[in-house]
Amino acid sequence: MKLIYKKPDTITKRDTTYCPGCPHGIAHRLIAELLEEMDLVKKTVIVWPVGCSVFGYYFIATDAVEAAHGRACAMATGIKRTHPESFVISYQGDGDLASIGIAEAVHAAARGERITVVYINNGNYGMTGGQMAPTTLIGQITTTTPYGRKPELNGFPMHVPEMLAALDGPAYIARAALDSPQHIIQAKKFLRKAFNAQKNNLGFSLVEMISACPTNWKMTPVEAMERIRKEVLPVFPIGEFKVAKGVE
Amino acid sequence: MGEKVLMKGAEAIAEAAIRAGCMAFFGYPITPQNETPEYFSRRMPELGRVFLQAESEVAAINMVYGAACTGTRVITTSSSPGISLMQEGFSYIANSNVGCVVVNAMRGGPGLGDIAPAQADYFQATKGGGHGDYHSIVLAPHTIQETVDLMYDAFDLADKYRIMVVMLVDGLMGQMMEPVEFKEWVDVKKLKTPEWATVGQGDRDHRNIITSLEILPDGLEKMNLALQAKYKKIKENEVRLEEYKMDDAEYALTAFGTVARIAKTVVEMARADGIKLGLIRPITVWPFPEKEINKRADQVKFFFDVEMNEGQMLEDVKLAVNGKKPVHYYGRLGGVVPTAEEIYGEFKKLVGGK
Amino acid sequence: MEKKLVIAGFGGQGVMLAGELLAEAAKDEGKFVTFLPSYGPEMRGGTANCDVIVSDKPIASPVIAHPQAAIIMNLPSLDKFEPLMEKDGLLVLNKTLIPREVKRTDVRVLQIDAQTVARELGNEKATNMILLGAYAEVEKPVKLESLKNALKHFLTGKKEALIPLNEKALEKGAEIAREFLGGK
Ligand SMILES: Cc1ncc(C[n+]2csc(CCOP(=O)(O)OP(=O)(O)O)c2C)c(N)n1
Repeated sequence: MKLIYKKPDTITKRDTTYCPGCPHGIAHRLIAELLEEMDLVKKTVIVWPVGCSVFGYYFIATDAVEAAHGRACAMATGIKRTHPESFVISYQGDGDLASIGIAEAVHAAARGERITVVYINNGNYGMTGGQMAPTTLIGQITTTTPYGRKPELNGFPMHVPEMLAALDGPAYIARAALDSPQHIIQAKKFLRKAFNAQKNNLGFSLVEMISACPTNWKMTPVEAMERIRKEVLPVFPIGEFKVAKGVE
Repeated sequence: MGEKVLMKGAEAIAEAAIRAGCMAFFGYPITPQNETPEYFSRRMPELGRVFLQAESEVAAINMVYGAACTGTRVITTSSSPGISLMQEGFSYIANSNVGCVVVNAMRGGPGLGDIAPAQADYFQATKGGGHGDYHSIVLAPHTIQETVDLMYDAFDLADKYRIMVVMLVDGLMGQMMEPVEFKEWVDVKKLKTPEWATVGQGDRDHRNIITSLEILPDGLEKMNLALQAKYKKIKENEVRLEEYKMDDAEYALTAFGTVARIAKTVVEMARADGIKLGLIRPITVWPFPEKEINKRADQVKFFFDVEMNEGQMLEDVKLAVNGKKPVHYYGRLGGVVPTAEEIYGEFKKLVGGK
Repeated sequence: MEKKLVIAGFGGQGVMLAGELLAEAAKDEGKFVTFLPSYGPEMRGGTANCDVIVSDKPIASPVIAHPQAAIIMNLPSLDKFEPLMEKDGLLVLNKTLIPREVKRTDVRVLQIDAQTVARELGNEKATNMILLGAYAEVEKPVKLESLKNALKHFLTGKKEALIPLNEKALEKGAEIAREFLGGK
């Protein structure tokens, strides 16, 4: 019999701690598939963030460290600089990266650190119960924007790839979405280029993945995916913002 | 006083601060106290006051620092990892002589630890935590009602001494519900901008400058001495404690916060067995009730200190007892809350062994 | 009088609501009360439980190590709390979701097919109220009337329409408990 579908071996057998319909698992799978396809599993160190994916090391079977909230890019820098042979991934949420950890992310990008950041944008702080994130849309109700996010009080959603693309350090910067099979296939393509950027020693790479948080959005998983298409992608369009030669 | 309402500790803290005249909240979400900022986010806009979710605790405490420089009643609330990030700001606030209130709903550490209740930030809170020779007033309530009542005092103390006041609670107090009664609202119209505040010179004949910098050692020593003089005054005037069934006690428990509450049950258990046990509960853990504890050392056979950490207040108890009597210790770590039965069992071993 | 109750089940079974309702009712009667939820790191899944103590004097520790009574809404919760029960303690079980018998012989057991009863009343979500009503009838931490009166604090707005159903569920639970007591 021909094998047509299989769970990557790098995904552990353990049940995840994610809510039903949470796309963190999809992002994990894309990483695991690519690490296997690119034969990187044994070289990889993943820096896990503080957020819903805090227990990520239980689900992807590579060497791993757990960073303080927001400091993953700094920790990844420390690992990569002292051990350049390692393949280093920083996996971060939008609170972790764009809020408390924005300085570390910007400077790692500006330095052109040879690390790859997988940046999950679900528009809120999932782990702590759905507070506003830097990516929360205008008008969106969260537990700390009970009257909806208002520009005069909370400013505007932050577009991290666009910001980082203005720097000289990054080799590859893109935004993908995890809402549909087509978008997920595209996300994997983007992520492969980001991995290549590191593998080929070209510079910093980051892929933002537009994700959902059905629990805190108070939606069914299907409704949440629809919301991504209707409300989120118009504000956070899919695309590649920086593509250095040699990432293909 | 109004009627009793059933409230979660984390929300009661916010409501009490609002009634005590707190005009601004800056903070960053962290479990187990998210309900506090969430409550502020609903209530502050209703009252035309400031609520801002900062991008980090580092930013939050510096926003507090800025607001404190305008003489505004300001608060931030967080839990252990977030409080660690604020330490730099605390040190600057101390040497700038500005006032604010900080709530730490302690959780299990070190590092990311867990989100269960703990008391392992006692050293950090009472001995400084940031750099330099400084202190904050540290209040350690043991019930939600006491937390609510002390919140008013916290702002008064912060204003009076131009100092940071820490409300040292834990995740258990944040998450539990209890009926509480709130005192009268502080009339915020009566809260005047102090003359030292940096709000623009206006009609003043001098500029106000708030800084923790003094590049000449002689000058910085003077600044330090002024701080120490302030701390001395606070030590003389602001020590608070509860002595529970200590009048005839032959043994004394020492505990603060949640553990002190549990310790009251232990006292009752011992009393039911005819053992004269009492409890000394510091309400201010800085300034620490040294004299009061030292005095009790003449009365009791030994002290038994119980904490949810590896014996941090224990050191202060020992310093206070100063060798007069033995000081024993029992504690649980990492967010494990000891039960009254467990503590009483340990206590009986000590009594029995005599 | 000091009553120590643990309520335990899956998240979503109304464990916290039942606990908070009892706490509110106790407060309304001028009693001392503490409500302590367990809280986990994940948003969903896993078991939820809370400790409620009702007393006529100030409550020292709000933590219950050994419950005098427990309302148990699913099997994992029975596995967890059965060994911790005080001797002669009361287990009020949601039999619908608990396929096994209680192993201990030194506790009182009140088994109610609560989910089925709730469904018959019109809404499975009232399972928690049936069990709470039964518990309150046996242990009497507060009056049934106070529980019913306290419902309005929780069921507001659109949910106000659910008050009669929940009142009925509390009464039904109490009725089942009376039969249980009578049969003893
Ligand atoms: C210093 C510090 N502050 C706050 C927290 C609490 N905290 C844990 S996760 C988190 C936000 C996570 O949100 P995000 O990065 O968007 O990831 P998600 O949970 O949505 O996947 C926060 C604020 C912490 N652990 N440490």
